[in-house]
Amino acid sequence: MLQRPAGSTNDTKIYDSVLATCEKTTGITIKTQDIPSSGYLAKVLQQASSKTLPDVLMLDNGEVPQIAESGALAPLKPLGVTTNGFAEGVVQASTYGGELYGVQPVANTIALFVNTELLAAAGLKAPTTWDELKRTASILTKGDTYGVAFSAAASEEGTFQFLPFFWSNGGDETNIPTSEGAAALQLWKDLVIAHAASESVLTWTQADVNDQFIAGKAAMMINGPWQFPSLDKAGVKYEAVALPAPQLGAEIVSPLGGETWTVPVTGNKEKMASAAQVVQCLGSDASQLELGSGRNLIPTNENLAGQYAQENPKMKGFVDQIPGLRARTAQLGPDYAKASQTIYTAIQDVLTGGAEPLEALRRAETK
Amino acid sequence: MIMTEIKTKPVIAPRWRVSGRNKERLLQQAFLLPATLYILLIFGYPVVQNVIMALQQYTTATFFTGHAPWIGLANYQAVLQSRDFGRAAMNTLTFTAFSIAGQLIFGMLIALYFRRRFPLNNLLRGLLLLPWLIPLIVSSAVWRWMLDKDSGVVNQILGALTFSDVRIGWLTDTTVALLAVICVNIWLGIPFNVALLYSGLQDIPQELYEAAALDGATGAKAFKHITWPLLRPVVTVVLVLGVVYTLKALDIILGLTGGGPANATQTLSTESYRLSFQQFDFGQGAAVGNILIVISLVFALLYLRANRKGSKA
Repeated sequence: MLQRPAGSTNDTKIYDSVLATCEKTTGITIKTQDIPSSGYLAKVLQQASSKTLPDVLMLDNGEVPQIAESGALAPLKPLGVTTNGFAEGVVQASTYGGELYGVQPVANTIALFVNTELLAAAGLKAPTTWDELKRTASILTKGDTYGVAFSAAASEEGTFQFLPFFWSNGGDETNIPTSEGAAALQLWKDLVIAHAASESVLTWTQADVNDQFIAGKAAMMINGPWQFPSLDKAGVKYEAVALPAPQLGAEIVSPLGGETWTVPVTGNKEKMASAAQVVQCLGSDASQLELGSGRNLIPTNENLAGQYAQENPKMKGFVDQIPGLRARTAQLGPDYAKASQTIYTAIQDVLTGGAEPLEALRRAETK
Repeated sequence: MIMTEIKTKPVIAPRWRVSGRNKERLLQQAFLLPATLYILLIFGYPVVQNVIMALQQYTTATFFTGHAPWIGLANYQAVLQSRDFGRAAMNTLTFTAFSIAGQLIFGMLIALYFRRRFPLNNLLRGLLLLPWLIPLIVSSAVWRWMLDKDSGVVNQILGALTFSDVRIGWLTDTTVALLAVICVNIWLGIPFNVALLYSGLQDIPQELYEAAALDGATGAKAFKHITWPLLRPVVTVVLVLGVVYTLKALDIILGLTGGGPANATQTLSTESYRLSFQQFDFGQGAAVGNILIVISLVFALLYLRANRKGSKA
């Protein structure tokens, strides 16, 4: 029994095809169970307490430490699972307490989407630094159109979007109130104060941000590759480039998103061994390529990613960020949820004019 | 009341009749059993669990290991000392008081209006129930669009009325976000208020108004001396139920603002949700939940008292 959150029809179709291949190569019959994605974690917790966890379990990579901490997941190395060639950040995300608990075949992260028509009309190029981002966004702000849109919502989504700015400038979630972190907050504040970004970023989810971009109400946006299908369908002329860096040439550190496959401790040794084989197969090169190209995600095997970027040029903005991808839970493990809250609370405080960046970070942390 | 008095009186009867009575009593209690079991299972168990949970360090690990160390009142202490609590409590108070007042005033005005006879009265009254029938997730999403700062229809209408470019950040400005959420909640609660108040108004005999009219009491005077006093039991019920529903309101706030911006619309119920399902600190979440239950309980007792008075009359 393999359990996953219900995704879009396209996601399901591609995963089904990958799983069918895995059934052939491993000789193991796989039954799948789709759980509504809202409340997925609650369901998993419930299953953990009633000892009815499935043999193979899909988790968001950020949730691995939470569940691994409880002892519900089996370490994968003793079951013979390997992750050779995987990007370091990816392996780290599925690792807790030195043990590997998950295999993540494909990853996502966020990049800067630009409306190429609006940019060309203004004679501009996609910004590569923070200063350029501010300038470009200001120039592109006209009438009903804002220069840039992003999600600063009071949730993990807001933190997720902020992390590349925070990290790239040297911010650290184990010591949040620093001038480096505050400078990143100042950037977002400057964009909103200059009206280059709408104040509504405070409530927008990443899906809302995408709607604004499609409607032409934002000339640029921060978003992920999962938006490609809807953008293509809407016929927007766009390009996804790497996020702007604090200074020219500085490395961009982006958060790693995506799901990982784990083997819960069910007590049935035979089934757990079979489950490990299925997980290994899901992480194989063939699965990575099929899942990546079918769903616009990045293969997590670094060698594969390079080749993949050449074949899928629109993914370049994302693949380029692979070496710098960082797991959100790498340093704090299960305590990341607290840090995430501190960060989004500070973002909200600053953007509503409640406090200056450094003060807001301090205040959010000490409550 | 009378029934219970008879029961408590000692029954003097021949022996064979006592056993017959006992049988009857047993039978009576047996009929109560399903309801009692249902209440214990569906309401009692979760409440007791919640009280216990609030005294434990209950995290995600507890779900798998079943092990949750006792930490006494530490959860309550942590919750009460956090900066968020005072604000959430204050917001809950404001949200509840203004929502209830608004719902009652508008509900009453509309109910009174529909007492008149006019064409399409029934149809319009039916349509008025619509906000009640729309799933909350849907209506909160629609309101979120309408209240959008840049392209929301609310700002556009205000702009057209004042011939200026109105850009109020209804859901993004910390000073007005709570007001906006209250307004949406009032809209949401009006159908419930109208339905109850309207049926209450139907029970007031028309002759009273006719008699009063002869004495020269019409309009506001009639409302003050006839409608209001006779409607008071219904109003009490509407108020108490309204308070309980509003105190626990969660979905509408989550749908509109998620408690933001910068916690400006965080209430005790969203705070409890946040602690439990975003921070996975189920112990602290339960503590906030229990505080909320106690507050609701006070109003529930008021409701029961009002009900008893009502049935006595």
